[in-house]
Amino acid sequence: MGTLLLAAIALAGAPAASVVYIVAAELALGRLAVRPRRALRPWVWLAPALAFVAVFLVYPTLDTVVLSVRDATGAAWIGLANYAFALGSRDALIALRNTVIWLVLFTGLVVGGGLGIAALAERVRYDAAVRGIVFLPMALSFTAAGVIWKFVYEFRPAGAPQIGLLNAVLGAAVPGFEPRAWLVGPPWNTLLLIAAGVWTWVGFATVVFAAALKAVPAEIAEAARVDGAGEWRVFRQITLPLLGPTTGAVATAMVITALKVFDVVYVMTSGNFDTDVLATRMYHALFVDQHLGRAAALAVILLAATVPVMAVNLRRLRREAAAR
Amino acid sequence: MARQRRTAIVFVAAAMLLAAGGGDSSAAGKLGGTVSVLGTWGGSELDSFNAMVKPFEDRTGAHVEFQGTRDLTAVLQTRIQGGNPPDVAALPNPGALPLLARSHALKPLGRVLDMTQLARQYPSTWLDIGRVGGEPYAIVVKAALKGLVWYDPQTLAAEHVTLPPTWAGMLALTDRLAGRGTSAWCLGLGSGATSGWPATDWIDMLLLRAAGPAAHDAWVRHKIGWDAAPVRQAWEQFGRIAANPKDVYGGPPAVLATDFGDAPFPMFTKPPRCLFHLQATFIEAIIQKQFSWIRPGIDLAFVPMPRIAPQYAGVAQIAGDVFGMFHDTPQARALMRYLVSAEAQAIWVKRGGALSPNKGVPLDAYPDVLSRRAAELLVRAPAARFGAGDMMPPEMTAAFYKGTLDYVAHPDQLRAILARLEAVARDAYK
Repeated sequence: MGTLLLAAIALAGAPAASVVYIVAAELALGRLAVRPRRALRPWVWLAPALAFVAVFLVYPTLDTVVLSVRDATGAAWIGLANYAFALGSRDALIALRNTVIWLVLFTGLVVGGGLGIAALAERVRYDAAVRGIVFLPMALSFTAAGVIWKFVYEFRPAGAPQIGLLNAVLGAAVPGFEPRAWLVGPPWNTLLLIAAGVWTWVGFATVVFAAALKAVPAEIAEAARVDGAGEWRVFRQITLPLLGPTTGAVATAMVITALKVFDVVYVMTSGNFDTDVLATRMYHALFVDQHLGRAAALAVILLAATVPVMAVNLRRLRREAAAR
Repeated sequence: MARQRRTAIVFVAAAMLLAAGGGDSSAAGKLGGTVSVLGTWGGSELDSFNAMVKPFEDRTGAHVEFQGTRDLTAVLQTRIQGGNPPDVAALPNPGALPLLARSHALKPLGRVLDMTQLARQYPSTWLDIGRVGGEPYAIVVKAALKGLVWYDPQTLAAEHVTLPPTWAGMLALTDRLAGRGTSAWCLGLGSGATSGWPATDWIDMLLLRAAGPAAHDAWVRHKIGWDAAPVRQAWEQFGRIAANPKDVYGGPPAVLATDFGDAPFPMFTKPPRCLFHLQATFIEAIIQKQFSWIRPGIDLAFVPMPRIAPQYAGVAQIAGDVFGMFHDTPQARALMRYLVSAEAQAIWVKRGGALSPNKGVPLDAYPDVLSRRAAELLVRAPAARFGAGDMMPPEMTAAFYKGTLDYVAHPDQLRAILARLEAVARDAYK
């Protein structure tokens, strides 16, 4: 009951408080002279948002950085030991390596696959159906996708009926095929986890690219064809450059998705058999080992890894804004 | 003005809801309310849990709200840190109790339960499992006997195999079967985030049989290291079977890829693909659910793991869910008092799949000859120890699980795996 009351207060209270704030602030601003009023007003309106960002984004980030040089309970300063843990052991290197593999392959396959499917689908009449089917897995959570793909990779020893799709299909198609336990041995397991991730996300990229392709003026491609350019050349030298901003945006989103990938790995292998990634290790450090410092150090490393991506992205956005 | 009126309406509505919530239970003179329980059960086990608390709900009017997860340590920790702990939780690993008690997340039970009465109903070993620094913090409500070799007597008769009384004999039999192309053992280590635990039971059981409870205690408390001879030898004994493609059905890849619940099934296919399966009592219910034709005692039987050192032959390996209180409410107290009673535990016992540590539960409450025999063994065991994996600090346990998976995949790297576990131990036992 207490929670319900709290929810009711929050629901009614938060909008009421913001209205009160704005009315009061505007009343106060009205008493000022014109020039200071002009200078102050944007800040008055920005202040609530800034406060939210400060409390919910900036403060936790700084706190995480501070925690990352402290011990398990966050009580004592222990220098860079947590970073040594996060980067220095065999398990750490495996997780780092896997995260890099995810970064490259997942991003590459989703962007490449999405672009390819969108470009090909555009040329057929049933393109909406194609996009719909490819997009369908997006409606699933990563967790559900993980469970489904776990069944696909399911293994039974040779001689027993294979209930996993992959082993069953390969067994039927390839003579003399020995069923394999796909998820328990590197390097196949990480690659197959990535395949499950790509399956879930490629529809998103396809839809975004399809929309961008619609915006490419047909006349340019037409003119190039008249000048004798083949289809491949039109795609490479006209369509692709025009899709540059879209590719950048999708790639950024996928890089970040790959960096924080957790659900698929957790559901399908729990990070066993050398499939750990940074996020599963962070989870483990926080909830199993209950070591705040190590978990924070891993979080800081993940954050640091996204910074260059964001920087490149911001620069690109600014350049585009300037070009306009 | 309009805004004021709307706010007022919200408050009135909230007040009415509050009144309604309090009203229906007080009218009947019952306790009412809800009590949230976190545990690991799903499927038929969850049905049994619900059946067990049904009389409590009827009597008190309190609703039991169950949340189940295989990853209990993590979920419990998240909820505690989020300031939203469950009222009651059933932990499969007493090894987590000291940390939870010391951080005051777990509430002491000394004043909640009548401990003198409990001491008459529970063997002292079982009460000690829930104590931290002498103070009771948790009580075992549902138990299992581990370290049992399960087999199909019909298959053994057809294969002209008799059960050897010693582990050495068991190994010789394993080799003989391998020689004629039959894998002796069914084994599967999969269990989601806790994959590997069946292997930790194997290793601990081999250690208990060879070196006894004292060595087990020293190991669990890290008084001896992971490279100590009894520990290393237990690993090697386990690997001799688990990492041997001829001794386990499907070889090491199948051992790693098979879920523990599916692992015994190949014993009952036609023809059987393996003959023995080491597992706790709860596996009986899982097997029977899969193969309804199985008659306990006729198509399915068990013996405790054969002896290695004669003086440790009867030592039992046990498991159980310890119930602790994380939120002191009248409903939680009432539920705890109910769950420790023989009346409550007999309900789950009758449904199968559980043993009761409460001496008040009569042997004839057990549904079949196998569970009755297990209950007898449990009561008669000269010494009993919780599986090592459940007694270590959670960080150590997780590393132990993972280590067994690494070992089955790379049996040649035992030295490195034990060294890594030793490094984790230095951290986990601080």
